[in-house]
Amino acid sequence: MTASAILGPVQTAFELGLICALTVLALYLSYSMLNVCDLSTDGCFTMGAAVGAAVALAGHPYLSIPAAMAAGVCSGLITAVLQTKLGVNSLLAGIIVNTGLYSVNIAIMGGSSLLNLNKTETVFTKVKALLENTPLAGQYKLLVALVFVAIVVLFLSFFLRTRLGLSIRCTGDNPDMVRSSSINPARMTIIGLCISGAITALSGCLLAQAQKSMDINIGTGMVTIALASLLIGGTILGKGGVTVRAIGVVLGSIIFRLVYTIALRFNMPAFMLKAVSSVIVVLAISLPYLKSQKDTLLRRFGKGGRTKC
Amino acid sequence: MLRIEHISKTFNPGTVNEKAALRDFSLHVKPGDFVTIIGSNGAGKSTLFNAVCGSFLTDQGRILLGGKDITFMPEHRRSKQIGRLFQDPMRGTAPNMTIEENLYLASGQGGSFSRIRKKEREMFRDRLALLDMGLENRMNSKVGLLSGGQRQALTLLMATMVPPQLLLLDEHTAALDPGTADKVLRLTKEIVEQSQITCMMVTHNMQQALDLGNRTLMMADGGIVLDIEGEERAGLCVDDLLTRFRVGTGKALDNDRILLG
Repeated sequence: MTASAILGPVQTAFELGLICALTVLALYLSYSMLNVCDLSTDGCFTMGAAVGAAVALAGHPYLSIPAAMAAGVCSGLITAVLQTKLGVNSLLAGIIVNTGLYSVNIAIMGGSSLLNLNKTETVFTKVKALLENTPLAGQYKLLVALVFVAIVVLFLSFFLRTRLGLSIRCTGDNPDMVRSSSINPARMTIIGLCISGAITALSGCLLAQAQKSMDINIGTGMVTIALASLLIGGTILGKGGVTVRAIGVVLGSIIFRLVYTIALRFNMPAFMLKAVSSVIVVLAISLPYLKSQKDTLLRRFGKGGRTKC
Repeated sequence: MLRIEHISKTFNPGTVNEKAALRDFSLHVKPGDFVTIIGSNGAGKSTLFNAVCGSFLTDQGRILLGGKDITFMPEHRRSKQIGRLFQDPMRGTAPNMTIEENLYLASGQGGSFSRIRKKEREMFRDRLALLDMGLENRMNSKVGLLSGGQRQALTLLMATMVPPQLLLLDEHTAALDPGTADKVLRLTKEIVEQSQITCMMVTHNMQQALDLGNRTLMMADGGIVLDIEGEERAGLCVDDLLTRFRVGTGKALDNDRILLG
């Protein structure tokens, strides 16, 4: 086996890991900090990809990024308003928005469910042209993804320490306390979900442009994949401050893709990705619980645990 | 300071669970007053605090704080002027945030995008030192690692960091062990006196109700049955209070926690 046969897939894993790490960082804000399980992530991701692709096709590769993020803000805003102002359960609000976005996304894509970006100028082709004839020419995707991830990590580690960021964390950490303090919990949920929507959409936009194609199913299962990455990140670097934990979830996303790449090497079919991510999420959530129940279970069912009366 | 005019609140009206928690309740608390409130369970003490804080809208009547009508003001806006401590020490602090982050949220310093500065950190350290619990050396510890007493003391500090117009203490030492409870109570007294905060405290301890503050209310069935202050209160002992309660309501106080407290 040649070096490139190994390095190729590993590099792809890093690229995908970094691009999807943005979605994981968005969940880090909404799920870990705000304690809202935002199920609109799939639709929001697809919306970012659709808007990014449509704007790039219209000839504005740079504008595609802020446009996609603005779309993500709208998606987050609707999900947040549903749950804070209109009394919709937060899980249900995410599902409703997710369902509605399917139609919206196809409308954004001009009625088709597939957009081809092969000949379109995107952020990636722009950077590729810039890096031509430099040693980094082959790593242009990695570089773009890395820059965006770094910006988002820096932003989050700054933002989560500001008064506003602390208020958002507090809203997720102790709702009782927030209710009797001067923080407006509805406002904090809205701000938090808008930001996480923007980051999710950015992630979708970059993935579509990196793959040079936009498919309506691009975001399906993204919330589970991101959750798996988030939980992996939490097990490796879950104890530190907000910055350390943010870096941890990025690593979690990369590790997830690496493990997946290795599994593909062992001839696991590509369509297994989503099943694998589901299993990881189940394991990551249930293992700590089972561990805490270990003594009870062992004594109840284990050796000598049962005495005959 | 606080003027409550004829408020009522009935929970579950028109059902078998109908409960009139406050009946045509009126009260005027003067600036600087420290009012202790006693009464058996279900007398309406917590409902009174909830009404003042804005947890629900009262069925009728109005509430004025510092001359301003706050009857329809949302809870989080009232919180700028009203500090509140609950019995549960876990309720007042965010466990996964550090001590200084909790204090910074309570301090009300800086704008939305400002972060903790050195000056504020020093101020927090000085304030924490007053608690005499060694917390000033653990400012970067998560609050979830503290004991109940430490958390309640921290909550007290947070609630009074920007002196509120009114401080409501809802049995805030009841869940603590006697030693810690005494300490938190002493701190409460010091802080309230120092910042001259108008304060209302619910307690189940009759002796405490007479020792602390300058006015004592006894509540029963959503109303006030006894309201004493000044000289009349100074000469009173727990037995007198029990007698007065019996005369006031026509029945004996049948609450172990109060009698044994």
